[in-house]
Amino acid sequence: MENIALSLRNVTKRFGSVIANKDVSMDIRKGEILALLGENGSGKTTLMNMLSGIYYPDGGHIELEGERVNIRDPRDAFALGIGMVHQHFKLVDTFTAAENLIIGLDPNKKLDRREIAASIKEICDRYGFIVDPDKKVYEMSVSEKQTLEIVKVLYRGANILILDEPTAVLTPQETEKLFAVIRNMKKDNKTVIIITHKLNEVLEISDRVAILRKGEYIDTVPTAEATAASLTEMMVGEKVDLNIERSEVKDKYVRLAVSHLSCIDEDGIKKLDDVSFEAYSGEILGIAGVSGNGQKELLEAIAGLQPALSGSSVIFTNQEGVDNQLIGKSPSKIRNLGVHLSFVPEDRLGMGLVGSMGMADNMMLKDYKKGHGIFTDRKSPRTLAKQVQDELQVVTPGISTPVSRLSGGNVQKVLVGREIAAAPSVLMTAYAVRGLDINTSYTIYQLLNEQKKKGVAVVYVGEDLDVLMELCDRILVLCGGKVSGILDGRTAKKEELGMLMTGRREAVDA
Amino acid sequence: MTNLVTLVQAAVFFGTVIMFGCIGEILTEKAGNLNLGVPGIMYIGGICGLASVFIYEGSTENPVPVLCVIIALVSAFIGSALGGLIYAFLTISLKANQNVTGLALTIFGSGVANFFGGSLNTLAGRFEQIAVPVTSAAFRQTVPVLSGLGTVGKLFFSYGFMVYLAVIVAGALEIFLFHTRRGLNLRTVGENPQAADAAGINVTKNKYLAICLGAGISGFGGVYYVMDYIKGTWANDGSIEKLGWLAVALVIFTGWKTRNAIWGAYLFGVLYWMYLYIPGLTRASQEIFKMLPYVVTIIVLVISSLRNNRDMRPPAALGLAYYREER
Repeated sequence: MENIALSLRNVTKRFGSVIANKDVSMDIRKGEILALLGENGSGKTTLMNMLSGIYYPDGGHIELEGERVNIRDPRDAFALGIGMVHQHFKLVDTFTAAENLIIGLDPNKKLDRREIAASIKEICDRYGFIVDPDKKVYEMSVSEKQTLEIVKVLYRGANILILDEPTAVLTPQETEKLFAVIRNMKKDNKTVIIITHKLNEVLEISDRVAILRKGEYIDTVPTAEATAASLTEMMVGEKVDLNIERSEVKDKYVRLAVSHLSCIDEDGIKKLDDVSFEAYSGEILGIAGVSGNGQKELLEAIAGLQPALSGSSVIFTNQEGVDNQLIGKSPSKIRNLGVHLSFVPEDRLGMGLVGSMGMADNMMLKDYKKGHGIFTDRKSPRTLAKQVQDELQVVTPGISTPVSRLSGGNVQKVLVGREIAAAPSVLMTAYAVRGLDINTSYTIYQLLNEQKKKGVAVVYVGEDLDVLMELCDRILVLCGGKVSGILDGRTAKKEELGMLMTGRREAVDA
Repeated sequence: MTNLVTLVQAAVFFGTVIMFGCIGEILTEKAGNLNLGVPGIMYIGGICGLASVFIYEGSTENPVPVLCVIIALVSAFIGSALGGLIYAFLTISLKANQNVTGLALTIFGSGVANFFGGSLNTLAGRFEQIAVPVTSAAFRQTVPVLSGLGTVGKLFFSYGFMVYLAVIVAGALEIFLFHTRRGLNLRTVGENPQAADAAGINVTKNKYLAICLGAGISGFGGVYYVMDYIKGTWANDGSIEKLGWLAVALVIFTGWKTRNAIWGAYLFGVLYWMYLYIPGLTRASQEIFKMLPYVVTIIVLVISSLRNNRDMRPPAALGLAYYREER
């Protein structure tokens, strides 16, 4: 057993009355790529945070190469050669790459920016990264930031790297590059632990898979012997049907006709550039693209939250066949016409829900203009909240419990549920399954499919290309605010989508 | 010409008070804590300095000027740093709201200082006005020889040592914050405490140290005001508080950079005293001129927001308590 790098022995962590990790014992081998798989809230990140020194276990201990170690803070972890790249980057926006690299290191040393730049170059050359040491973090793309985080960990001499959901924000091409780097690190005899809930990536990159369920350790299996179905079963505890239903589109007609839609942000930069497409009733139109390429602006422009440039037109056709121009209408008017938007931002609570309010009050938020007189009508939102709770199986102690106390998945159910409950004609959702586990994600897909069958035009902005290809009837790809292509969801290829997303059109044609 | 020279001199006296307040507060804010207790801390600094030398001068026949200065500065620093410690304990350890705590500290500081200031005046006896002549003279000692050099001497060398100390401290803080690793670590705490924590920086320790040191430096503004600006007396008129708020405004004006505090403080001084040098002002229109420093601060805020200048922004985590175990 001398090739064991790190062992956890009966590790337990509690937050108040919630047990995040219960009695976890597992081994991590030297030089392997271990995938840590589990649903949301299964305690993956908490467990790894105990290795990186952010949390300290309430029970049990950690062994490094057979010797018992105490990791009290991140400094201890670095000293033991353990480094973690967190899901939410721990970078200072206003600092340069070089400055971010050395924060927290020996404070008595001179601040020699040239010397740091030289070490960055050395690490980059060894593993195949590109980092500009003088670039400020706020000027970097997500993938550049992630690269910097990895370099930061390597610069601190880590032999064991923990990557928390590293691919969540990357395009397929960037993910490939990252995997190449991870394989280089493995060749260099580094141990890599990668936290994820994307099964295809687990199967592609890892040597072994460790599975957590509800804070408990289930098993570790060699990847070669695992399949997507077997891993899901271990992760969820029961068999899950991994096929997303996609019914044929019936009696479709144009619900939403967008033509020449353009808009600019406050700095005058074009965020949407001459976007034209049609959304049909009874169909799910997927929108793919690297985040920040105009998805948010597109949905907001349709919902009336973003001013559009002149020449833009969004025609909405209602059930009776009456056409309405949406450009120039107020958000509440557009909403009353039946065009609904549910946007799930990165922090989930940032837009659409108020964390300190209960479900019922949150249901009321978008209907505050209804009702009579100056006093609020609390009865109907309460009924609605109950209905959403029952239909979507929201796990909450009660509809008046502040939503910030619910788990991420349940928060999203409330958000999506509220929009669906109002029986819209057009339902636009952005990142509806962001950060959700498999089970909850499939519930959301199910909900969208039900809306589709009712004849609603569903616009689905998503991050996971596999899901887009399984769920959507057509997929529109945005790149730099332009439509770079509209593909049939049934025949689209992942490579093709990736190319369109990064704007390398010619490569597709060739 | 003479008018201009006296305006500059008045601006430097005025500017030095708020420069100390400002650079202390910049150090505090770089650690992510908005301490609105600056006026109170300057009050505490002033009264501690005054009371300690009052006791010393009263207890000996021939007070030594150097000792007077040291006693005043050390006790002012300790008193102000303790004020900062109260704030630090409440906002860091107990995670109280920073704005409320700071405002409470301002009220507390001015109350304590005016209580003891009034008592000292009573203790001083017949004239009901305290005086520490030896200390005040030591603080107001101008640069020998050089101050006699005509206009140049008046413009640059006719001040007490605290004026130069303020510039030196501002320069030293600039070097510390932007050219050392410790400074980088401290700024990380203020920008992104999660990142600092993950990088192995002790967030709590950095915050405590920055707040206490920052408060101590701000407190020097109070001592300078008492010893030099009003010549070693005490006045229960709330003027320190006014200056304290100007110091807070100056922090914003400087874009959280101590190097800008050096000229910014003097500029505020010029703007503040300008009304004396503009002929034909009534009492009412004078007050409008006294408003100028605040107007300038607002203009700077508007311009830097419009230009979307990321280097002029406050530390990103300013005003937020840091919880490690939050999920």
